[in-house]
Amino acid sequence: MNAVQMLNITKKFGDLVANDNVNFDLRKGEIHALLGENGAGKTTLMRILYGLYRADSGEIWINDQPVQINSPRDAINNGVGMVTQHFTLVPPLSVAENIVLGAVKGFTLNPKEIEKSVAEASEEYGITVKPSALVRHLSVGERQRVEILKALYRRANVLIMDEPTAVLVPQEVDGLFNSLKQLVEKGLSVIFISHKLNEVMAICDRVTVLRGGRLVGTVERAGTSEKDLAVMMVGRETFGVERQGIKETGDPVLTVDHLSLTDEQGIDKLKDITLEVRHGEVLGVAGVSGNGQAELVKVLTGLQKPTNGQIILNAIDIAGASPSAITIAGMGRTPEDRHAGVVGELTVEENLALESLEIYLNRGVLDRKKIRKQAIEMIADYNIKASPEDKVRTLSGGNMQKVVMARSLSRNPSCVLAAQPTRGLDVGATEYVRGKLLEQRDRGAGVLLISEDLEEIMELADRIAVIYEGRIMGVIPAAEATEESLGLMMAGVTEHN
Amino acid sequence: MIGLIAATLRVATPLIFGTLGELFSERAGILNLGIEGIMLLGAFVGFATTYSTGSLWLGVLAACIVGIMAGLLMAIMTVYFGVNQHVSGLGITLFCTGLAYYAFRVIFGTPANPPQIQPFMQTEFLADVNILGPILRQYPLTYYAMLLVPVVWWVLYRTNFGLNIRAVGENPEAADAAGINVYRVRTISLMIAGGFMGVGGAFLTLSTLGFFTFDIIAGRGWVCIALVIFANWNPIRVLWGAFIFGGVSALQLRLQLTGINLPYELFLALPYVVTIIALTIANRNAAYPAALLKPYKRE
Repeated sequence: MNAVQMLNITKKFGDLVANDNVNFDLRKGEIHALLGENGAGKTTLMRILYGLYRADSGEIWINDQPVQINSPRDAINNGVGMVTQHFTLVPPLSVAENIVLGAVKGFTLNPKEIEKSVAEASEEYGITVKPSALVRHLSVGERQRVEILKALYRRANVLIMDEPTAVLVPQEVDGLFNSLKQLVEKGLSVIFISHKLNEVMAICDRVTVLRGGRLVGTVERAGTSEKDLAVMMVGRETFGVERQGIKETGDPVLTVDHLSLTDEQGIDKLKDITLEVRHGEVLGVAGVSGNGQAELVKVLTGLQKPTNGQIILNAIDIAGASPSAITIAGMGRTPEDRHAGVVGELTVEENLALESLEIYLNRGVLDRKKIRKQAIEMIADYNIKASPEDKVRTLSGGNMQKVVMARSLSRNPSCVLAAQPTRGLDVGATEYVRGKLLEQRDRGAGVLLISEDLEEIMELADRIAVIYEGRIMGVIPAAEATEESLGLMMAGVTEHN
Repeated sequence: MIGLIAATLRVATPLIFGTLGELFSERAGILNLGIEGIMLLGAFVGFATTYSTGSLWLGVLAACIVGIMAGLLMAIMTVYFGVNQHVSGLGITLFCTGLAYYAFRVIFGTPANPPQIQPFMQTEFLADVNILGPILRQYPLTYYAMLLVPVVWWVLYRTNFGLNIRAVGENPEAADAAGINVYRVRTISLMIAGGFMGVGGAFLTLSTLGFFTFDIIAGRGWVCIALVIFANWNPIRVLWGAFIFGGVSALQLRLQLTGINLPYELFLALPYVVTIIALTIANRNAAYPAALLKPYKRE
């Protein structure tokens, strides 16, 4: 008996084929993983099932009946619920209000009654929430529970979870998995979108793999292995970058000394951060999203003035200096949001020149020929698939990231700051970017890698610092780090001195 | 003093209507800069309807309906076509203002003396209550304005529809994913808002003046937008904001009569200056609806 069948689904966004004739089926009472890399079309397929996108062609069957799903309302009426990656909660409203939103009939709304009804549902499904709390006061894990209960409250019997573990620390992941297993025993069917092989192997019954918008295949978990799934996912045997052994590291290039930042509301965003990045090493900063990483990057790149502390780059205190002064002092930046690192309306060559305009100046006028010549070289060096005259906004994420990196690395900075450098990139671009960072390390630069992707940190870093609520929980050599020990630090449970 | 309080309530009435309307619209995520024009059009349509039918309540109804239509027009532009809300709001104000001028000229020509109607009388039924009598001696619409404040609060916080409005104004994606028709909720909110604004404008012609002039609104619509911020999008606090503006307006009239030797323009400016100061103080922790000004379009 199938809970859901999706037949020959095709969805295009402009020239991009996000789903190409994809078939998918979900049995009743199973946890079915939808596995694939970023951009493989997993989320698109599920957004079609939940009515957030409309397929260009294809059919959807629910409980062996063909259905039309044109909006989330249709999906809900067919018993489909979805917990999206970016939660769809209304922060100023209470938990109960969020859960009943759009799901209750009648004109009036009594806060006591909806809180009672939500409390009952919480009891029934064994998902603990506090109905009267405001959502904006909740942690990410708590918000996720609200989202799950919201779907169940609408009598969902098919629950789509889009990368539910991306925002959780390892210990919260265990809690989520237990809840899902219990719900499946009560008859729920779950679609679990992920690109993490270990998670898929841990809880799923079957796995469907997508690659580049196409279906690769569906396999029973029992008959497969992480290695097989990896091959299906990336389409070749080996992946990941080759890494040289740890080299002798040199003197510190960047020293962050008792750095703190308090925002306008008086909230401490960075608390007494002390770090050292040495020549020839990659220092990874791991942590769950929103624990001060963005603020740290802003302070280090001069976009925000720290409240206290020193940042010594090549023996110059750059705390509070302007971004251009920091660049000149030897910092090469790859910002967190690559769209913020480029000017979309300017061309590739203009963006490439942007950080070093002084070298292209000829009596106060820009030397366009020199810019073009340099751009052509950089485009070749960094394998950017674009011409110098293309507007940057027309480039793919990977090529845009290469523009950002080419620009900052061409100055041969002594310290390279890379914030979430591979987020949202496909495997090829990811490998390329990681390779470039290691190349910088081998050249003798100090690399500060701030990433929420624990695998990336463990793969690239020589030493790993963990940030939690704006504090550094400790710095450990990569060789001694395990996912578990880092997870405990990321959750703020243990400190390492 | 009693007279001052009574006058405060009178001056506050159109502001309460206008501000509650703007609040509805902004809680749903739409900044309606059309308010100034919609109030003027309401003032004119109310007046013209009463002039030709002789019924004051028909005038109020007509002003309300024309406000609802203007709200619908705003909704078509901002909700369905996703036009920039500043541009469409100012466009509505220009359009409604022009329409009111044009219709006035067509219907009344250019009379030497403005055409008059017999405006609402102040209620007498509570006028005998000892010292409060003069305060309670008000126009009927003033009572309705006071009544509307708790009603709006109740709708926003104690009804399903109100929950939907707050949700689409904060996070339309979430509302959409929860199965709410974001477009419809926003459109209805804008229509209700327009209705309130129209009645607020009509109060000026139908209650206080009894005739229509082109500068009758005199920036009250813009004051309403400031008062929404002052009220921090809370309907109950709208009342205090309107009272402050109304109180200072009533006070400056009396100050002018004391014969203090200052240019009268200074007194006229006083309520606006006080509004700016109050706004500056109150605006520090303003909690804007998160989706305000953002058109919603499902990908």
